Amino acid sequence: MVEVSMTVNGKTVSGSVEGRTLLVQFLRDDLKLTGTHVGCDTSQCGACVVHVNGEAVKACTMLAGEADGAEIATIEGMANADGSLGTIQAAFQEHHGLQCGFCTPGMVMSAAALLKDNANPSETEIREYLEGNICRCTGYHNIVKAIQAAAANMTPMAAE
Amino acid sequence: MYNFDLVRPSTVADAVAALGDEDAQALGGGQTMIPTLKQRLASPSKLVCLSGIAEMTGVRSEGGQLCIGGATTHATVAAEAGSYPALAEMASHIGDPAVRNRGTIGGSLANNDPSACYPCGALASSATIVTVKREIAADDYFQGMFTTALEEGEIIREVKFPIPERANYQKFVQPASRFALVGVMVAKHADGVRVAVTGASENGVFRWKAAEAALNADYQAASVDIIDASADGMIGDIHGTPEYRAHLIKVLTKRAVAAS
Repeated sequence: MVEVSMTVNGKTVSGSVEGRTLLVQFLRDDLKLTGTHVGCDTSQCGACVVHVNGEAVKACTMLAGEADGAEIATIEGMANADGSLGTIQAAFQEHHGLQCGFCTPGMVMSAAALLKDNANPSETEIREYLEGNICRCTGYHNIVKAIQAAAANMTPMAAE
Repeated sequence: MYNFDLVRPSTVADAVAALGDEDAQALGGGQTMIPTLKQRLASPSKLVCLSGIAEMTGVRSEGGQLCIGGATTHATVAAEAGSYPALAEMASHIGDPAVRNRGTIGGSLANNDPSACYPCGALASSATIVTVKREIAADDYFQGMFTTALEEGEIIREVKFPIPERANYQKFVQPASRFALVGVMVAKHADGVRVAVTGASENGVFRWKAAEAALNADYQAASVDIIDASADGMIGDIHGTPEYRAHLIKVLTKRAVAAS
């Protein structure tokens, strides 16, 4: 067993995991943070995307032991402090950026990673960045619209 | 996946020592290794994680060469290899953004997937693979599909890229895997042109020497018109026949020359 300690959504957590325990298993099974989904389990679909030290990573293709000491952000950390939806989440709701919702946690986390580096991405840049996030409802059009709206809503805050 | 012990050394020396154990296996960014373990195609007793080794990470310039640490991610190469734009561009299209944040150049070269981008980049660039034991020229390093000159437990510490006068990589994407269906890198060096091809041959990455000769005589896309890549030994699968891949080699070579 490996002892791991990391910060998840601002809280310090620790646990004892097997060498083979995936980060997504640690988040879902040990920490009960089930917002991060496992879709394909083969690092194709992106439903499991979380941030590791600020970077988008597929949590089904990283070992929990590799995340020791890291800062992790999951979809549970995207809401505002008062529990209301964060800017990207609200934009997904407003623009119908989800149908069944299974891919949404990964979509929102990828969108957050993109907007952190590129506050005003073009439609092409958004679609390229979402290359590793698959929506089997094929609702990409509204997902892209939601991310564009989120970028527009976030920009005034960044300017302050 | 079968269980294993995970060790996380912070120095190259500790990693080499840990890999001395029987059935120990190095873990780069894990973007191929972890899926392989899930399918039980590998069952190491110990996995030695290289991502925490600071001395194997980063991009620097030395003597006109671009030196990239073996544990450097594709995202870092894309962002920091500005002195070799064609290589940075190659790195920026490997996999998807989340994969690029984990996958490493050392891992890619050690694995030598027949459809991977970096083997093509290293071969066209005439790169030097620097391991913990020795320096290996790219021409000697790649020895067939998933086969390299690396010995058991030998880690890629760094990769040194001479910077060509002109270079370009053309990747015909296989959209489901995001690997190259065929990829061609053309690099014009002071001492000659090198054309490397990935995704096509059953023997993995290779140099298309007929095209190199034609381009050494006259460096323009039209020089490739009079030669054809042979379909012999090319990969045939549901994504493309050997003849289709051979055709793509020529098309992509011409595009790479034109764009270089």
